[in-house]
Amino acid sequence: MGYADFSTIWVYLSTTPLLGLTVTLIAYGLGYRLYVASGYHPLLNPVATAVLMIILLLVLSGTSYDTYFEGGQFVHFLLGPATVALAIPLYQQLSKLKKIWWPLLTGLLTGVVVGALSGMLIARIMGASLQTQLSLAPKSVTAPVAMGIAEKIGGLPSLTAVLVVSTGIIGAVFGTRLLSLMRVRDDSVKGVAMGVSAHGIGTARAFQVSREMGAFSGLAMAMTAFITAIILPWMLMYF
Amino acid sequence: MNFINGLAALLVFQLVGEITVRLLNVPVPGPVVGMVLLLTMLLVSRSVMESVDSAGSALLSHLSLLFVPAGVGMMVHFDRIADEWLPILVTLIVSTLVTMAVTAYVMQSMMRFMSKETIKPAVPDSKAGIKAEEE
Repeated sequence: MGYADFSTIWVYLSTTPLLGLTVTLIAYGLGYRLYVASGYHPLLNPVATAVLMIILLLVLSGTSYDTYFEGGQFVHFLLGPATVALAIPLYQQLSKLKKIWWPLLTGLLTGVVVGALSGMLIARIMGASLQTQLSLAPKSVTAPVAMGIAEKIGGLPSLTAVLVVSTGIIGAVFGTRLLSLMRVRDDSVKGVAMGVSAHGIGTARAFQVSREMGAFSGLAMAMTAFITAIILPWMLMYF
Repeated sequence: MNFINGLAALLVFQLVGEITVRLLNVPVPGPVVGMVLLLTMLLVSRSVMESVDSAGSALLSHLSLLFVPAGVGMMVHFDRIADEWLPILVTLIVSTLVTMAVTAYVMQSMMRFMSKETIKPAVPDSKAGIKAEEE
């Protein structure tokens, strides 16, 4: 082991996943602490603050996203088993689920159609390019599924991933307030509305409110992914 | 050890989900199928294994962390976002909140409608019925 100056250390750090992974965890830890310290202020959503901190750091240090993602992928990967794990809270809410099955399904189908159509229509009216409109269509679907759908219908999968995360942040930031303004009191209704519009990030927010709201949000997120994957390509033939 | 066993179980369900999706050539992601399979198993066994519960709770309690790497991907699309930031921002905010509001409204109306129909024969412990009476 010889002596190394800072630039060779940097070369080492920028080629291992270590830095990307460490930065992700520290940024989220800081973001979360800030969120708690602010008394859970919705604008300080920890995903939003962590993402901004990391982008700032990468831009200032001239690091590419690909280099960062070599480390970030380990966190990203856990989305898979986390999605599977959503079955647990769902199972625990089963007795309630049976009682409200029809209202839930009706709300869910309406939400899926309104989500995709309003996304494309508003973007079209506002003058977004066709590719952006198509990338926006699956914005309420959980990231891995939305990327697959975007690819299928002619959007840009990586742009869709960003729009999906932004949608989730918006839903998590404004959602609970909107639902209480609407005087929605039932946690199952709040959860379904959150999961249909703001997928996993909304679900994460819902779990902070109650386990019931989280469970229904997780269910709605999974069913939205299923339904959108099936009906969106078909809906686009008539759009 | 509980956590590791539980995580392994979740990964097995994901793996079976991924294989199923590829074999059947359906446009649904593997983890979602894995979730359905785990739910089916829980329904059959009528209990949640402690190991699966511990790994699942750990992952779900920090679900938002898992979205951070995808969100950082925003930096790759700076140019397009700079060009079209207004339509994108308006669409995301308006469409997301409209979707949420419509879903909540439709589901809540349906629940009230159905509880009005079923409340007359009076099932005393029906949660839907109790909710309707409160309001």
